[in-house]
Amino acid sequence: MATQHSRTAARLMISPAVILLFLWMIVPLAMTLYFSFLRYNLLMPGMEEWAGFSNYRYFLTDPAFFTALRNTLVLVAGVLMITVTGGILLALLLDQPMWGQGIVRILVIAPFFVMPTVSALVWTNMFMNPVNGLFAHAAKAMGLQPYDFLAQSPLLSITLIVAWQWLPFATLILLTALQSLDREQMEAAAMDGAGPLSRFIYITVPHLSRSITVVILIQTIFLLSVFAEILVTTNGGPGTASTTLTYLVYVQSMLQFDVGGGAAGGIVAVILANIVAIFLMRMIGRNLDA
Amino acid sequence: MPDMARKTTSARKATVTALAWTVGFLIFFPVLWTFLTSFKTEGEAIAAPPSFLFFDWTVENYLTVNERSDYPRHFWNSVVISVGSTLLGVLIAIPAAWSLAFVPGRRTRDVLMWMLSTKMMPAVGVLVPMYLIFRDTGLLDTKSGLVGVLTLVNLPIIVWMLYTYFKEIPAEILEAARMDGASLRSEIIYVLAPMAVPGIASTILLNIILAWNEAFWTLNLAAAKAAPLTAFIASYSSPEGLFYAKLSAASTMAIAPILILGWFSQKQLVRGLTFGAVK
Amino acid sequence: MTLTLRALLGASVAAGLSTAALAETITIATVNNGDMIRMQGLTSEFTAANPDITVEWVTLEENVLRQKVTTDIATKGGQFDIMTIGTYEVPIWGKQGWLVSLNDLPAEYDIDDLLPAIRGGLTVDGNLYAAPFYGESSMVMYRTDLMEKAGLTMPEAPTWADIKAAAAAMTDKDNEIYGICLRGKAGWGENMAFLTAMSNSYGAKWFDMDWKPQFDGAAWKATLTDYLDMMNNYGPPGASNNGFNENLALFQQGKCGMWIDATVAASFVTGADSTVADKVGFALAPDNGLGRRSNWLWAWSLAIPAGTQKEASAKKFVEWATSKAYLELVASKEGWANVPPGTRTSLYENPEYAKIPFAKMTLDSINSADPTNPTVDPVPYVGVQFVAIPEFQGLATAVGQQFSAALAGTTTLDDALKNSQDLAIREMTKAGYIK
Repeated sequence: MATQHSRTAARLMISPAVILLFLWMIVPLAMTLYFSFLRYNLLMPGMEEWAGFSNYRYFLTDPAFFTALRNTLVLVAGVLMITVTGGILLALLLDQPMWGQGIVRILVIAPFFVMPTVSALVWTNMFMNPVNGLFAHAAKAMGLQPYDFLAQSPLLSITLIVAWQWLPFATLILLTALQSLDREQMEAAAMDGAGPLSRFIYITVPHLSRSITVVILIQTIFLLSVFAEILVTTNGGPGTASTTLTYLVYVQSMLQFDVGGGAAGGIVAVILANIVAIFLMRMIGRNLDA
Repeated sequence: MPDMARKTTSARKATVTALAWTVGFLIFFPVLWTFLTSFKTEGEAIAAPPSFLFFDWTVENYLTVNERSDYPRHFWNSVVISVGSTLLGVLIAIPAAWSLAFVPGRRTRDVLMWMLSTKMMPAVGVLVPMYLIFRDTGLLDTKSGLVGVLTLVNLPIIVWMLYTYFKEIPAEILEAARMDGASLRSEIIYVLAPMAVPGIASTILLNIILAWNEAFWTLNLAAAKAAPLTAFIASYSSPEGLFYAKLSAASTMAIAPILILGWFSQKQLVRGLTFGAVK
Repeated sequence: MTLTLRALLGASVAAGLSTAALAETITIATVNNGDMIRMQGLTSEFTAANPDITVEWVTLEENVLRQKVTTDIATKGGQFDIMTIGTYEVPIWGKQGWLVSLNDLPAEYDIDDLLPAIRGGLTVDGNLYAAPFYGESSMVMYRTDLMEKAGLTMPEAPTWADIKAAAAAMTDKDNEIYGICLRGKAGWGENMAFLTAMSNSYGAKWFDMDWKPQFDGAAWKATLTDYLDMMNNYGPPGASNNGFNENLALFQQGKCGMWIDATVAASFVTGADSTVADKVGFALAPDNGLGRRSNWLWAWSLAIPAGTQKEASAKKFVEWATSKAYLELVASKEGWANVPPGTRTSLYENPEYAKIPFAKMTLDSINSADPTNPTVDPVPYVGVQFVAIPEFQGLATAVGQQFSAALAGTTTLDDALKNSQDLAIREMTKAGYIK
C-alpha cells in the first residue's frame, strides 16, 4: 500500500513532529556546545573568553566524575531491578482472583501520581529522618538504634524512593501483558504435568519479555534524569556518595553558575546518554519489531 | 468432589486477598500518612510515638496554606499547562504516528529511537540557553511558553505510544476506506481515530500525569503568573521551624487532583498502557 | 433596578477599571522564612496606603530562590522587581552594577539608623545596594534546666572548652538528650556557614593573601577535630543531614542541650511551638582566646534589580518593608518578640524591645562580627562565614560535602581535609586566582 502518493503524504505528516523535535534538540544543543568552549560564569558577565577544551578537561578530571558515572549506573540499574522484579511479583499477585481487586489496584498505582519533589520530601522527612521519621519511631519501639538511612546508605535510600515511584508503572504494564496470556496454553501445560514454577519460566517469562523490555526502555529514559529526589534528600552527599551525572551538571551550572563548565558537562551527559540509547536500541531491536 | 475444590479455591482466594491487601496498603501507606499528617498540629506531626487516627483532627494547616498561597491560581496553571501541552502534543503526534505505523520505511525505527533519545538530554545542562531564548521571545513566566516546552518534552512518548496503538490496527481497514474514496484526512479522522480511541485516551491520561508532575522546567521558567503546583510545593519544602503538617497539607493539595483523576480513569489508563508490548 | 443604583454600579465599575488600569504590579521574590511570610501577610497594609500598586509574591525555599533570582538577574530576564538576597550576593552583584542604589531613600527612612555592621555588608563603593529586612548573627542557645541539673553555669562569653564541658555534662542519650546540636548538612549556607565561622575562632582561614587555600594547615585540622569530637560523642544521630531546620525541631522538642546557630532562632525556641520555651538561655558564640569569636553575620535584604521598569513602585515597597513604621506595625499585631530583628539601632534603644530576653545578646553578637576583618590573620576577602567571590558557593558546597561525609563517618578527617584542599586548589586555579 505504500504508494508514491502516500509516501509523500507520510513525509508531510511526520514533518511537524520531526522538525519541532529537531529544533528542540538542535537549538539548545548548539548553544550548549558553543558555551562549552567558553569561559563563561553567569556571575561575571563581560569576561567571556574562548576556553578551548579546558571546560571538558575540568569536568572529566573532576574527582566526582567517575563516582557520579558509577552512581548513575547503580541508581538506574537498582531501580530497574527492583521495579521489574517487584512488578512481576505484584502483577502475578494482582492477576489472581481475589476480593476487592479494583481497590487494591488503586492502592498500588497511587505512588505514580505523586510529584517527585513531594515524594522525596515525604520520604526524607516523615519516614527516613533518624529522629522524627516513622522508621526511627518503629526502631525505637522495638528497642533498636534508629538507622540513619540518608547518611549511611544514601544511594540505596534514593534508589528505594525512586523505585517506589516507578513500581506502579512497571506493575501496570506487566499486569496488562499477563492478562493477555493465553489461558488455554497454561491449562494445557498444567494437564501435561508442568508445575507452577516451570509454567512460569517457560510460558509466562517469555510472554512477558517484550513488556519487560518496554519497562526498561521507558524507565531508563526517565531515570537518567532523576534529579529532584537527590536535591531534596541528600544534595548528592555525604561526600559525593549520591551524586549522579545529572546532579553533577546541576552543581556546575546552578550552584557555581559556571555556564561553560555546566555546558561541557551537559554535552558529556548527552554523549553518554546516547551511548545508552544505542545500547537500548540494540536490545529493543532484538525484542521489539518496532 | 466439587465441594472440596471450592473450599480450597476460596481458602486460596482469601490468602491471596489478604496478601494483596497488605502489599497494596504498604505501597499506599506514604500517601495515606501524608494525608493523615496534614490534619495534625505541627507538634503532633513529630510526636513520638506517632498517633495514627486518634489525634485532634484540625484543618488549620489547610487554612494556613490557603492564606499564604494562591492555590486556585497554581491549580489552574497546572491544569492549563498539563492539559494544553498534552492536547497540542497529541495533535502533532497523530499524523506522525500514522506515518510511522502505516508507511514504514527503512528509517522508521531510527526515527522513533532518535525521538526518544531527545528525552535523555539533561535539562540542567541546557537551562541557561533556554532561559535566554525565553527571555528574548518574551515567554518567561507565560503559560504558553510552558505549554510549548512540555509539549516538546513529552512529544516523543506521545508519538511512541500512539505509534504502537496504530500498529495494532489492521492496515486493510484503512485501505478499504481509501478504496471507498475517503481522503487521507477523513481516513484519519473518521476511520483511524475512532478505532484508536482507547489508545489515544490512555496516551492523553499518561501525559497529563507526566506534565502535572514535571518540576524542572515549570519551576525554572515561571515565576508568578504561570507558576503551577510544583512552585506551590517549593514554598513549603524547608522553612524555618516545624513544617511536617503544613508540608503535608500542601502536598495533599498538590497531588489530590491528579490522584483523583488517575483513580477515576484508571481503567482507560491501564487499557492502553502497553507501549505495544502486548500482541 | 432604580436609576441611582444603576448609576452607582456604573460608577463603581468605572472606578474599578480605572484603578486596574493605573495599578502597577510589582513581583517580589522572597524566602519562605517566618519573617518574610509575615511580611507577605501584611501586604494589604502596604497596598491600602499605595492603591496604585499591586503586589505579586513568589515565595520559595532558599536554594530554589537563590538559583532563580541569580539566573534571572545575570541574564537580565526581568521577572522580578524586588529580590530577597543576602550579604553574600550584595557585594558581588553590586560590583557588577546589577542593583539599583538605595542612597536616595527619603530622610524619614533614616539610613543612619541601620546597624553599622549590617549596613557595611550591604554597601559597595559608598552605595547601599540592598535594604536589610532582618539581620542575624549566631549565638549559643542552651537549656538552663539541664545546665542547672549538671551543676554548671554558662558564662556570657564562653570558650570552646566551656562548650565541650557543658555538652559532656548534659548528654543523656538514654533519654534522647544530646549535649550539642550543630549543623552537619552539606551546603555553603548550611554546615560551612557554621564551620567557617567556627574556624575563624581557631585562627583558620580559607585563603592566604595570595589566594592559596589553607585546608592543609593546623588550624583547620584543630577546628574539625573538635567539631567531630563533640558531634560524635554528644551530638544527635543523623547529624550529617541536620541543617538549621532539623536542629530547630530537635531543640524545640527538648532534645538538645545546646545549639549554636542563627540569632533569629531565639524567637522560635522561646515561641509557642517550643516545648522548652521557658528554659532557654543565651550566650555569645564561643571563642578560643585568639581575638575572634565564632559568630557569623548575615542579613536578608531587599534589592531592586537594575533595569526594572517599576523602580519607583519597587522602592516604595522596599522603603515600607524595612522602615521603622513596619517594625511598629508588626509589634502592634504580633508583639515585639516577632519583629524582624537586627537591622536598626532604634529598635534596640526601644525599652519595650529591651524586655525581650534575647534582644541584647543578638545585638552584642551582631556587633562582634566584622565582615571586613573576619580572621585572626589578614585575608584578601570579605565575609565572616563566606568568601564574597562568585566561586565560593560551588566550592564551599563541595567542601561541605567532604566535612559532612567526615561527620557521617564515611571519610576520615584527614582525607576530608586533603580532598578539600585539592578541590579548592583546582577550583581556584580554574577560576584564575592561582596562576
